[in-house]
Amino acid sequence: MQSQTLQESSTVLSEHSTEHGHPDHRLFGLVLFLVAESMIFLGLFAAFLLYRATSPVWPPVGTPERELLLPGINSLILISSSFVMHRGQVAIKKNDLSGLRFWFGLTALMGAIFLAGQMYEYFHLTFGLKTNLFASCFYVLTGFHGLHVTFGLFLILMVLYRSLKSDRYSSQSHFGVEAAELYWHFVDVVWVILFGLVYLL
Amino acid sequence: MTTPLEVSNPHQIDNPRERKWQDYFTFNTDHKVIGIQYLVTSFIFYFVGGFFAELMRTELATPASDFISPEFYNQALTLHGTIMIFLWIVPAGAGFANYLIPLMVGAEDMAFPRLNAIAFWLTPPGGILLLSSLLVGAPQAGWTSYPPLSLLTGKWGQEIWIMSLLIVGTSSILGAINFITTMLKMRAPGMDINKMPLFCWSMLAASALILLSTPALAAALILLSFDLIAGTNFFNPNGGGDPVVYQHLFWFYSHPAVYIMILPFFGAISDVIPVHSRKPIFGYRAIAYSSLAISFLGLIVWAHHMYTSGTPGWLRLFFMATTMLIAVPTGIKVFSWCATMWGGKISLNSAMLFAMGFVSSFVIGGITGVMLASLPLDIHVHDTYFVVGHFHYVLFGGSVLGLFAGFYHWFPKITGRMFNESLGRAHFILTFIGLNLTFMPMHELGLLGMNRRIALYDQQFQSLNQLCTWGAYLLAISTAPLVVGIFLALFRGEKAGDNPWNALTLEWQTSSPPPILNFNNTPIVTRGPYDYGHNPTEAESVVLTDAQSL
Repeated sequence: MQSQTLQESSTVLSEHSTEHGHPDHRLFGLVLFLVAESMIFLGLFAAFLLYRATSPVWPPVGTPERELLLPGINSLILISSSFVMHRGQVAIKKNDLSGLRFWFGLTALMGAIFLAGQMYEYFHLTFGLKTNLFASCFYVLTGFHGLHVTFGLFLILMVLYRSLKSDRYSSQSHFGVEAAELYWHFVDVVWVILFGLVYLL
Repeated sequence: MTTPLEVSNPHQIDNPRERKWQDYFTFNTDHKVIGIQYLVTSFIFYFVGGFFAELMRTELATPASDFISPEFYNQALTLHGTIMIFLWIVPAGAGFANYLIPLMVGAEDMAFPRLNAIAFWLTPPGGILLLSSLLVGAPQAGWTSYPPLSLLTGKWGQEIWIMSLLIVGTSSILGAINFITTMLKMRAPGMDINKMPLFCWSMLAASALILLSTPALAAALILLSFDLIAGTNFFNPNGGGDPVVYQHLFWFYSHPAVYIMILPFFGAISDVIPVHSRKPIFGYRAIAYSSLAISFLGLIVWAHHMYTSGTPGWLRLFFMATTMLIAVPTGIKVFSWCATMWGGKISLNSAMLFAMGFVSSFVIGGITGVMLASLPLDIHVHDTYFVVGHFHYVLFGGSVLGLFAGFYHWFPKITGRMFNESLGRAHFILTFIGLNLTFMPMHELGLLGMNRRIALYDQQFQSLNQLCTWGAYLLAISTAPLVVGIFLALFRGEKAGDNPWNALTLEWQTSSPPPILNFNNTPIVTRGPYDYGHNPTEAESVVLTDAQSL
């Protein structure tokens, strides 16, 4: 029994061992972190819905009509970037490093366009942070999400930078790629809900 | 029983270096160093928070405001609550968890050692930041910081309070990620999840709560920050905002926070009682799964803090029912502990005394909890000293006594020295008398109608208040044997040996203090952790027999 256990544990170790000498749990840890992150967003969404449910008129009287064209295009760009990004992970699983660079580069570009679009929207909206409760919610929710997009973009650029070294990522070891992608998908899903709440509801 | 076996470790590091004292003051990734860092930091903040409590009790010895100003009284009460919760009990639980979880599950460290060190190093800056608010006028709105009060009582003190809580909250989320991953993914070969020590189970439940509820507090604090600094009106009724939204978000965290503070010590008690009663734990799975039930129910009871906040009737009824339901898993634990002690060979050492003190005073806090859950009574005593008495029985009579039970139980493991029993017992007796003297009269004060959170009160309450104040002084004195005992043990203490209590969980199967990588060989677990009393010759001999037979 003793030797059997030894054999088992050493095979496990040789497959995905890290510097700490145990299997890689980083993706699991990231998932737990995203659970916590989604609870912040859920808290903010709950607050938004409570305001909406308890206000006699929503959005409050005097809120200008919400322009949907630009944010609509922006959303399409962000959502499609998730599919583009996935191609990058598919590429690295085939050891195709230039494929990873191409698809991740494209994702970064799309993310940057989204952020620029949001900036443009902020500067051209006719209401400000303090106009009324809806306006405050609008800016805090989209701004907090924008912060997450920025961080996701930073992760993608990190992966791109690290992929310049030819031996950093391989089909066997590419935690950074997976982590950045998982985070980006999370940011995307949050945006879909957020868009429904602040633009459509 | 857990049985470590001699198996050569495939990834043994060739040259484990010696532990240096400097390690405790630097960014070190060893979970044992981090555990001690957490414990020492939290004990320091225990004294700071206790200092503010003594200031308040001194002020409350007389009905007039003759010792500190009412404004400073408000600051002291806010800092006392915030420090005791976020910088004493929560990080002390994290300290035990850090030290014990990898040892208990037979791992060489946490899953993410660097993240673990980051989590710790957020705590002291968070605490110092909070105390620095005294320079600009500390927050006065209590640890709950309800708006609109918190929007009116000093902008910068309040903002510092928010920042400090966000920092400490981040620290506890990062810690929880580590605990969950370590327990679910890094158990030693043979340690089925149903053979995990009960401390781990309760930390699993507490970590799940941290992960799911702390972010809601962050959301509330972010919005409160906008109200304070940017002048938005999320919670300000003057601008169309709604303070009740803050209360919902706040209590969605802060009610589970009560379980975050008590669950680790439920776990500690479940490990202390069988060892010192020499009996198997009664109802292992009942205790383990009832922790998870408490976590789940803990997430759906928050509005019982808001019965008087215009909560509609049907919602009050729902939250009353769920709150009372929590008494069931909690009761299961209390009965299991009593059944474990029943007929055991109890040794009344400091750890066991604190454990028994925990069970008895926690029951008082639990029963008043059920009383407060019932709507008619709660509306009557809302915001009175009855509530203060109740939660101090839970948090002091529960969490703190449980913490000390764990402290005396694992002190020999952590330091390698025995704690002087007479001093430990003196500490227990003074604490137990002091605690009852301080918090028992508060129930009556509340029923008589004395409001909480005010420096001034009616003449008729004076005699009971003086009783509370004497109790608080006794509690201050009770820490003397603790402090003396710690230094005595560290410098003169008798060597503890690996396993002074003949305990069977894995942390006792390595040296005291454990080597840097915890176990010289990866332990293999073949049986459950609480098989006491079956063999008259007890722990070590059984371990040896098993090792030979395999």
